[in-house]
Amino acid sequence: MTKQDAGPRTGPGPAPGPGHARASRRRRDSAYPYALYLPAAVVFVVIFLVPTAMAFYFALTRWTLFDSTFVGLDNFRDFLAEQNLRIGFQNTIIYAVVTSGLKVVLGLLLGVLLTSRLRLRGFLRSVVFFPTLVSTVAVGITFAMLLKPQTGLVNQALALVGVDGRDWLGDATTALLSVALVDVWKGVGLATVIYIAGIMSIPREYYQAVAVDGGGAWHRFRHVTLPLSWPATYSVIILSFIGGLRSFDLIWTMTRGGPGFTSDTIASIIYKQYQAGFFGLSTAGNVILFLVVTVIAVPLNYYLGKRQVAA
Amino acid sequence: MRAVRRLGAEAVVLVLATVIFLVPFALMLLTAVKDQTQATDLDFAWPTSWPVVENFLAVIEARDYVLLRAYVNSTIITVASVTLLVVFGAMAAFVLQRRPGKVAKLADFLVLSGLIIPPAVVPTIWLLQAIGLFKTLPGMILAEVAFHLSFAMLLFRAFIAAIPRELDEAAQIDGCSGFRLFFRVIFPLLRPVTITVILVSSVNIFNDFVNPLYLLPGDENATVQVTLYNFQSQYNTQWNLLFMDIVLITIPPLLLFVFFNRKIVAGMTAGAIKG
Repeated sequence: MTKQDAGPRTGPGPAPGPGHARASRRRRDSAYPYALYLPAAVVFVVIFLVPTAMAFYFALTRWTLFDSTFVGLDNFRDFLAEQNLRIGFQNTIIYAVVTSGLKVVLGLLLGVLLTSRLRLRGFLRSVVFFPTLVSTVAVGITFAMLLKPQTGLVNQALALVGVDGRDWLGDATTALLSVALVDVWKGVGLATVIYIAGIMSIPREYYQAVAVDGGGAWHRFRHVTLPLSWPATYSVIILSFIGGLRSFDLIWTMTRGGPGFTSDTIASIIYKQYQAGFFGLSTAGNVILFLVVTVIAVPLNYYLGKRQVAA
Repeated sequence: MRAVRRLGAEAVVLVLATVIFLVPFALMLLTAVKDQTQATDLDFAWPTSWPVVENFLAVIEARDYVLLRAYVNSTIITVASVTLLVVFGAMAAFVLQRRPGKVAKLADFLVLSGLIIPPAVVPTIWLLQAIGLFKTLPGMILAEVAFHLSFAMLLFRAFIAAIPRELDEAAQIDGCSGFRLFFRVIFPLLRPVTITVILVSSVNIFNDFVNPLYLLPGDENATVQVTLYNFQSQYNTQWNLLFMDIVLITIPPLLLFVFFNRKIVAGMTAGAIKG
């Protein structure tokens, strides 16, 4: 390896510093040639960035994958005029808030529980993590069975305690929330692992300090665990909120957006339009989803990141 | 007295967790070994007959052995894309962490956008078609790499930050820099986080349903997740076969988990949460 960057540089970015850079600096940097970026950058730029950029163009066309005619903002008008869009939009937000909120609360509780001196800790950790390993489609199919109105186990169990269950997935008022709860069931394992890692990296001294001051369990939780596991909370919120905004496969396997359009999300509307052959329209939907996610995620990331520094 | 109360509380937690998290799996297993008539009840009744082998063979033979083909496809996709993810992701994360500056800022921004932006699927189809990789395994593999790269880089980067620079300097004095420094010195040290990346992304890619649905249509390209639709029809779903299929395709991620169980948290401690 020579001192200079080896190979062609991809990607974006200015040429390496001007000639007057100090020699030692140059020698140090040459140990980390930009060429190491190359493979990742090529794949990412070609397969991810180019289609993303093209989406902005294709969203403005009537498009068959082979040729496209420019139609201006018609697709956006049509997409936004779509009857079920308002509800899809609302559902997407509700879904993301409910799933990420519950994952934070339950993940933190389970995380605290599973780092305590519980005897069956190891076993419980595996049990909680288990659903993360099963594919979303399989989980969706299984829970669609468990939630069936007459034969489903959930309602049979409820009947045992004298509660009349309902048609969880067939009822417009409960369909979306039922799917969201299944999402939490499946995803809380990952949130818990992140919290376990976060809690275990809190230095023991803090807990000893609380003990010296005579604080109890609640005190320990409120003043040490909660604030110091903030980085974990940050990761869980960001990961599950963005995941929730984009969520598609669970909703698709469990309700297909039904009954009617009551559990449609932006992602499922996009897929329906793709299936119907409206590629330009569906891409316009994707651009809108992209904007929605960005508008929410970037400030959220910034805000949470700032708190993280402060914490 | 306190010990007894404690034991009681632990028992309650245990029972609750088991019911909530394991009952659905029990239903899967039980239904998978029933005959077709009994399976339609979808209950917890003990199987009256045990057509385990019959169900197993029926699932394997269905649609001209599509499940076996799907297994091969899914395995190739998973192994290849995870390998590329680990190598490419770690390399890039290494320079990103070690060489700050404008390029690093841009790379940082791209990593973040990779996490946030939902992939534009239809334009991706168009692009893969243009370079002749649509409906092919290499196309699918590259797409999975592109979609999971940001997450892998995030984990690697945080871990690399904990490796002292003195190590690089010592290696440089011995005449090691660039690729050799990375592959000889740094990469072997990344083992714990590499295991986390392998585990998390291979489970995700093996279980991926959405991307193959868009990018890899067609029976000869089926992945294991898509085979689940074979046994489901609007009128007459063969529940026993459907659940046997679910059980069979859940085995690989499960094995992976059994082997790497203890190491997940280790990698996470170093990675995800210090972001």
